[in-house]
Amino acid sequence: MEKPSTLREIITDWASDQPTFRMSWGKAMMWIFLLSDAFIFGSFLAAYAGARLAATGPWPAAEKVFALHIGHTEVPLLLIAIMTFVLISSSGTMALAVTYGYQKNRTKTGLFLMLTVLLGLTFVGMQVFEWTKLIHEGFRPWENPMGAPQFGASFFMLTGFHGMHVTAGVIYLLIVAIKALRGVYDRLGDYQNVEIAGLYWHFVDLVWVFIFAFFYLL
Amino acid sequence: MPHAASHTTEEHHEPTGFWSRYIFSQDHKVIAIQYTITALVVGFVGLFLSWLMRLQLGFPGEFNFINPNNYLQFMTQHGMIMVVYLLTAILLGGFGNYLIPLMIGTRDMAFPFLNMLSYWIYLVSVILLLAAFFVPGGPTGAGWTLYPPQSVLPNASPGADWGIRLLILSLAVFVASGTMGGLNYVTTVLQLRTRGMTLMRMPLSVWGIFIASILALLAFPALFVGGVMLLLDSLFGTSFFIPVVNVLGQQLGREGGNPILFQHLFWYFGHPEVYIVILPAMGIVSDLLSTHARKPIFGYKAMVISIAAIAAIGFIVWAHHMFVSGMNPYFGFWFAIATVIIAIPSAVKTYNWLLTLWKGNLHLNTPMLFALGFVSTFIIGGLTGLFLGNVIADVPLHDTYFVTGHFHLVMGVSAIFGIFGGLYHWFPKAVGRMYSEALGKLHFWVTFVGSYLIFFPMFGEGFLGLPRRYFSFKGIESFSPIIHDLNVFITIVALAVGAAQLLFVFNLIWGAWKGRKAEANPWRATTLEWQTPTTPPPHGNWGAQLPVVHRWPYDYSLPDAPQDYIPQTTSQRS
Ligand code: HEM
Ligand SMILES: [Cu+2]
Repeated sequence: MEKPSTLREIITDWASDQPTFRMSWGKAMMWIFLLSDAFIFGSFLAAYAGARLAATGPWPAAEKVFALHIGHTEVPLLLIAIMTFVLISSSGTMALAVTYGYQKNRTKTGLFLMLTVLLGLTFVGMQVFEWTKLIHEGFRPWENPMGAPQFGASFFMLTGFHGMHVTAGVIYLLIVAIKALRGVYDRLGDYQNVEIAGLYWHFVDLVWVFIFAFFYLL
Repeated sequence: MPHAASHTTEEHHEPTGFWSRYIFSQDHKVIAIQYTITALVVGFVGLFLSWLMRLQLGFPGEFNFINPNNYLQFMTQHGMIMVVYLLTAILLGGFGNYLIPLMIGTRDMAFPFLNMLSYWIYLVSVILLLAAFFVPGGPTGAGWTLYPPQSVLPNASPGADWGIRLLILSLAVFVASGTMGGLNYVTTVLQLRTRGMTLMRMPLSVWGIFIASILALLAFPALFVGGVMLLLDSLFGTSFFIPVVNVLGQQLGREGGNPILFQHLFWYFGHPEVYIVILPAMGIVSDLLSTHARKPIFGYKAMVISIAAIAAIGFIVWAHHMFVSGMNPYFGFWFAIATVIIAIPSAVKTYNWLLTLWKGNLHLNTPMLFALGFVSTFIIGGLTGLFLGNVIADVPLHDTYFVTGHFHLVMGVSAIFGIFGGLYHWFPKAVGRMYSEALGKLHFWVTFVGSYLIFFPMFGEGFLGLPRRYFSFKGIESFSPIIHDLNVFITIVALAVGAAQLLFVFNLIWGAWKGRKAEANPWRATTLEWQTPTTPPPHGNWGAQLPVVHRWPYDYSLPDAPQDYIPQTTSQRS
């Protein structure tokens, strides 16, 4: 008898009358949402590429625009590096929260969620600082002193849209954290929602890495 | 999954008050009806606008209140309404909501509250859309494709200030609503199927809606992003899409934008969008043909695979709308090839429909007639699409009435026929009463013959070079005089066909109110929705026990079976 191929087994499994993915509805939905959201960010990044390639003015050098002066030295991309570090750390604390959620450890889950919220807030705060600084230096969506107007337009659009995701995430995580601390998930006997919120948060962090690479580094 | 199963039984106590039952209902059947009625009402606005355009085209100069500006505004609102707010909304929000839970045997969508929200947000988007008629400058007249620069530059097209902003806002709200709906439909199909309902036992209606929902989730993002950038260009003076522009010798202070970028974003959404409306219609038509021809669908697996193939290839053909846009001509070659390739799965589906009908025992009632109408208009519209997919032929035909004829037949009329067929077919289940067959048939024949009389002559007009999106052809001597006569003729038919839609409205209202009581399964169909304990199905759909599925949905006219159909819930042959 011929051994059925693994591919065939996977397909049969998927197509059976069981839930296609062995997970709760909420988690499945979050994954599908993130796929759709990834297409939004993908479109934003592709559109940014299209705008940048077509721009006729000179494209400003990101390391100049985003440099900080410390004493007399100019450190390129310092703030952005810190922001990136903060956001990636917050992914770490989020992962810990999820792990403690699996262990149904109410306080530690809540604690690490709160820590994630704080890191997220720090990120948003630094972004506000960055925007203010650039606006002071004359950067506007429609013009900037360093070159092609599409630079400012893309900057405010990309970081603004991502920043809105982080802000929404902070609020979302805060709600989950309060629920966790209040023992709502203990009573449900299920910390799923922490994990689902974690998916969203990791996604937002991942998107930042792409924005960091394509907007600030390239 | 025990976790998931417990949800369904616990959370379903029937709501009692009027408001929670009929207005802020979370029942997928009520939401489906809300979606359907709202979409039909906006659809009638769109139909009315097409009357105004036709009056102008048939009798230029006779109707003084129509001027070049508001002709373009009517045209834009008409196109947008028909494609997005009617077809997309009714097929996904209406049919998707009604059919998915009933056909796969679940009590409701995965997230009923989100589902309700999706409807109310859709309503907001409709209100924003129609509000554009009342703002200074009126709605945008840039065409439903909203191409910049003219859609956002002041005075370049009507409604370039408030009209376009309101429309973008409305579209963004629609995308939010569509995303909520789409997430629900996809999750529900993947995770909530009842026992025995494997993926390959799902009716093709569910397959069409399911794949179309995935398309919506992956295509709307590009529209959203294009819209956001267009809004920034309009509100904040950014220049994403606006190159150096000279207006009356004056240079606007914009530079370096890329108008073709918008076209790419728009059509990356726009082409999948036509499949978002046609795939559910195809699914519905497949089920109607099989049921009313009393024959198993021919090539079920091929049907499923071609739906998926059309959807996948549909994402890499978008620039066939842009052959003359000035993009790199080498792209044209690739997109033309991809377009021809996508014709293959479409042809597979068409052959399968014809083979399903072959030697069938055709019951020519209203839903069946509309399903047959769909097949016919899809073939004619599809064949003319092959002309347009070919760069050489598209260059002269682009932006002529040939294109108008093509997309109206292949996506407009075809999708509408699928919708009419579906509405008549499921009306008895949803309402519990019958519509009038005689009126339904009259409605069909007038609409079917009328649609050809309206749109077929447009192919000829297109060959004669008549450009679309023109307010008037009066005084242009170079067009053959036959064009004038054709335009008068088309207008008269269009008025008649539009008026005939009142038959449909009357039929449904009268049927719901006074119609004969419907049996539980008047079409003797196999799928689950016809096996509910009551008609219309109760809240929670199935009473105490979820249905269990034992077979695929197309067991019609099996030899030596006692009946000519075997419901999916029947376990043995006897
Ligand atoms: C009896 C029914 C209909 C009539 C008489 C009609 C008539 C028209 C007319 C006269 C135009 C403008 C042509 C021009 O000036 O270029 C138009 C455009 C259009 N129609 Fe229809 N239409 C009908 C139904 C539909 C349906 C069901 C759809 C759904 C897909 C639809 C989608 C469109 C679109 C997308 C445009 C293009 C708008 C633009 O150029 O921006 N129409 N229609
Ligand atoms: Cu296309």
